[in-house]
Amino acid sequence: MANPIEQFKIQPLVPLKVGGLDISFTNSSAMMVLSVCLITLFLTLSVRSRALVPGRWQSMAEVFYEFIAGMLRENVGSEGRKYFPFIFSLFMFVLFGNLLGMMPIPVIGFTYTSHVIVTFAMALVVFTGVTVIGFARHGTHYLRMFFPEGAPIATAVILIPIELISYFSRPFSLAVRLFANMTVGHIILKVMGGFVVSLGAFYLVPGVVPFAFLSAVTVLEFGIALLQAYVFTILSCIYLHDAIHMH
Amino acid sequence: MPQFDPTFFAPQLFWLVLTFVTLYILMTSVALPKIGAVLDERQRKIDDNLDKAAQLKAEAEAAVAAYEKALAESRAHAHSVIKEASDRLSSEAEERNRALSAKLSEQIKAGEARIGEAKTKALANVRDVAIDVAGSVFDRLIGANADAAKLETAVATALKEHGK
Repeated sequence: MANPIEQFKIQPLVPLKVGGLDISFTNSSAMMVLSVCLITLFLTLSVRSRALVPGRWQSMAEVFYEFIAGMLRENVGSEGRKYFPFIFSLFMFVLFGNLLGMMPIPVIGFTYTSHVIVTFAMALVVFTGVTVIGFARHGTHYLRMFFPEGAPIATAVILIPIELISYFSRPFSLAVRLFANMTVGHIILKVMGGFVVSLGAFYLVPGVVPFAFLSAVTVLEFGIALLQAYVFTILSCIYLHDAIHMH
Repeated sequence: MPQFDPTFFAPQLFWLVLTFVTLYILMTSVALPKIGAVLDERQRKIDDNLDKAAQLKAEAEAAVAAYEKALAESRAHAHSVIKEASDRLSSEAEERNRALSAKLSEQIKAGEARIGEAKTKALANVRDVAIDVAGSVFDRLIGANADAAKLETAVATALKEHGK
């Protein structure tokens, strides 16, 4: 049985080094580039005809656009409009990373969202951005986030540490949620796939059971790919809301 | 797990930043404006069509109002024509009635005059007859001719006594 961890291994395709910094083009990088290309092609080619009554591809592009625009409008309000391109890019990047990771792509097949460094970097950008926006809009008043107005002063001892922990754990929970979901899902798929092969090779019938399970889990994983992209984006929207409107 | 191997943190981060920034630039400059334009255009076209529909509706309502106004006008006109005609007819009839009744009353008057004349004549005749009859009666009873002048006075007195 293949090692279920092996699929997360990064393979440098073009080793590069700039000033002692390793910037090798790896299978992960290739998937990121592929994602960007596919997202751009999908969104530009689908609306090329600018049809009044959209076709399948165009309505799909419009659905993504309006889904994210609506999410931002509902969670952040009209002030969120200028962050729309960022939130949209974030959603598409995570979504395509998750979905392309489910595809059996030869040589470069890889799920970059299953790498904690990638998800953490994205979460940290969201966290830093949100914090900067919060201080820019509210100044030192933003510190009220950690001790809400009207709370009795005696509760500060408990409240402030709790609020601080919850605030600073945001990037970690955001990063770990996506990374863990992707990693575990892919491990389960690999393990089940291994069962199908090993059991199916010896006995035809027992292989059917893990195969059925594998099929179900595959469907579930596609659902999780969509859901985690949604969760990552909506949490970013909620943090943005907190920064703009406070509590 | 390879995820926690820091060997590839640098290339991962480098390519993440590179691809994500590229994606962001492509989204802001190409993809999102295009989709936004399509959606805006559709919204504009829908609004246009709604406006046009409202305009057409207003026009139709105006046409209905004009039609109803014309109908009311022609109805009023017809009423006045009918009224005029009936007034004219009734006045004409009245006039004719009046003329006819005048003529009739004239004829009646003429007839009455004639009747009166005939009556006077007849009464005069009655006097003559009465004188004749009285003369004859006198002649037969007495056997002598009565004095004509006395007879006449007597008859006249008798007639006057009877109120004739």
